[in-house]
Amino acid sequence: MRREVRLAGTGGQGLILAGIVLAEAAGLYDGKQVVQSQVYGPESRGGASRADVIVSDRAIDYPKATTPEALVVMSAEAYAKFGKQVKPDGVLLYDSELVQVAAGPAQTFGLPLTRVARDEVGRAITANMIALGALVELTGIVSKEALEAAAARRAPKGTVDINLSAIRKGYALAGAAREVVV
Amino acid sequence: MSLTAPPRRKLLQGNEACVEAALAVGCRFYAGYPITPSSEIAELMSRRLPQAGGIYIQMEDEISSIAAIIGGSLSGAKPLTATSGPGFSLMQENLGYAALAEIPLVIVNVQRVGPSTGMATLPAQGDVMQARWGTHGDHPVVVLSPSTVGEYYSLTVEAFNIAEELRVPVVILSDEVVAHMREIVDLPDPDEIKLSRRPQPAVPPEQYKPYATTSDNLVPPMAAFGDGYLFHVTGLYHGEDGFPTNDPKTASQSIRRLHEKLDRAADRLMLTDELLMDDADVVVIAYGSSARAAASAVQSAREQGVKAGLLKLKCLWPFPAAKVAEVAQRAHRILVPEMNLGQLVGEVERAAAGRAPVQLLTKVGGELFVPEEILKALLEV
Repeated sequence: MRREVRLAGTGGQGLILAGIVLAEAAGLYDGKQVVQSQVYGPESRGGASRADVIVSDRAIDYPKATTPEALVVMSAEAYAKFGKQVKPDGVLLYDSELVQVAAGPAQTFGLPLTRVARDEVGRAITANMIALGALVELTGIVSKEALEAAAARRAPKGTVDINLSAIRKGYALAGAAREVVV
Repeated sequence: MSLTAPPRRKLLQGNEACVEAALAVGCRFYAGYPITPSSEIAELMSRRLPQAGGIYIQMEDEISSIAAIIGGSLSGAKPLTATSGPGFSLMQENLGYAALAEIPLVIVNVQRVGPSTGMATLPAQGDVMQARWGTHGDHPVVVLSPSTVGEYYSLTVEAFNIAEELRVPVVILSDEVVAHMREIVDLPDPDEIKLSRRPQPAVPPEQYKPYATTSDNLVPPMAAFGDGYLFHVTGLYHGEDGFPTNDPKTASQSIRRLHEKLDRAADRLMLTDELLMDDADVVVIAYGSSARAAASAVQSAREQGVKAGLLKLKCLWPFPAAKVAEVAQRAHRILVPEMNLGQLVGEVERAAAGRAPVQLLTKVGGELFVPEEILKALLEV
């Protein structure tokens, strides 16, 4: 089965890297077929940025997401642009301090990704890993073991623990939010 | 955390796969000027080549970049440069030099939106005709087009091997989508990679004529500067001895040989893939990232009862006219999706020669086709 997710926000938030980690989790550790692609502007920071990840048991032809089952948005611009593309009954996960979301057919999960990254994990830049942890908790698109192995592989030297702790924060935040929704 | 990935399985970006393949096939010289969306190739080569005992030179522009790899090739290296449209434009003059002087080299052009600086980070397929005819004169050139990361790897290997076997410049015409997407690649065992080498002179230096052909493939043996063989290389028409000539007979034989050389390698250069083609009534002929959208559309059309098929072209030039003619004989209709306003479609029409109607689908502005756009055309009666 073809599964699509999109992570969208502002250049510099680490969403393309998050896409790469997710893709390596699927492709290297869960043994799936995977394509990761991105669209970004000419700026090195700022500007709209997005990463798509397609995971499947079969060879993947089209490399971009068309109706993602899960969308992570970390900017108002990204929500305005992609908010309506998420599959009905899909997951819309957003940073509750950066984005305001209107009711729609998707299940919405507003989590304070950047605040928790800054105040609880200790590094604002880990918001992308919290988002990944939450995404995997809510969708199971990759196994948690695979996600953690992939994050450890990509984390710069000396940052494995802080990245893993951010991912686990993501599981916990999403788990709690899901109970509220149910 | 106990999970381990298979050792040769990697998640690679297209441009990374190109670098891995170039290194595996023995490229040890790179000269270039970075430009989006090709910059990862320069960046990785600058890191990897010194580790592999090779040389990386950051040049002042693209004119000197291709000049440097021509020099590198003449001294025996398998050289690479990579660029995008604006830089590829600057390389055209020396690309013609390499074609006439029969210098093996590989140029990657990662297509972005043009003309001019256009849109740096967004994909297009607007350089198809430039890759064929960008330099003046009736020159031969080989142009390969990958549509997956795995193909970017295998076609980079092919590009170096074809350049070496035929002494011809080879262009890898990728695009921003294929260059920047990441896919899983199982890297081949280095021992299993075919490594072609340009034919070497069988005569001592004093008897060597650099453009004398002795074999049926019409490829003259190529000595390396520094090996004791003294010879002259020029962008002027030249005889077997390599010195300039204005003799019409020699010039005519010379340029005809350069083309005949590729004609005789036609089977080698026929690189196509077929998807659901056996009983296809409607055939999509596509290349590069457009072929990915086409593959999806063809399968959706099948689910809706339309006998659709895909002919994917991995070598654009020389154009596989015989293959397209054969397809046009069987198909009722041919669709050609291109991320330009219609370039390769003209070649398809010429090869189809009225046997089947040919319809162009265009996509410009910096976005990849979505499968539905091609599907819609497949479902039209």
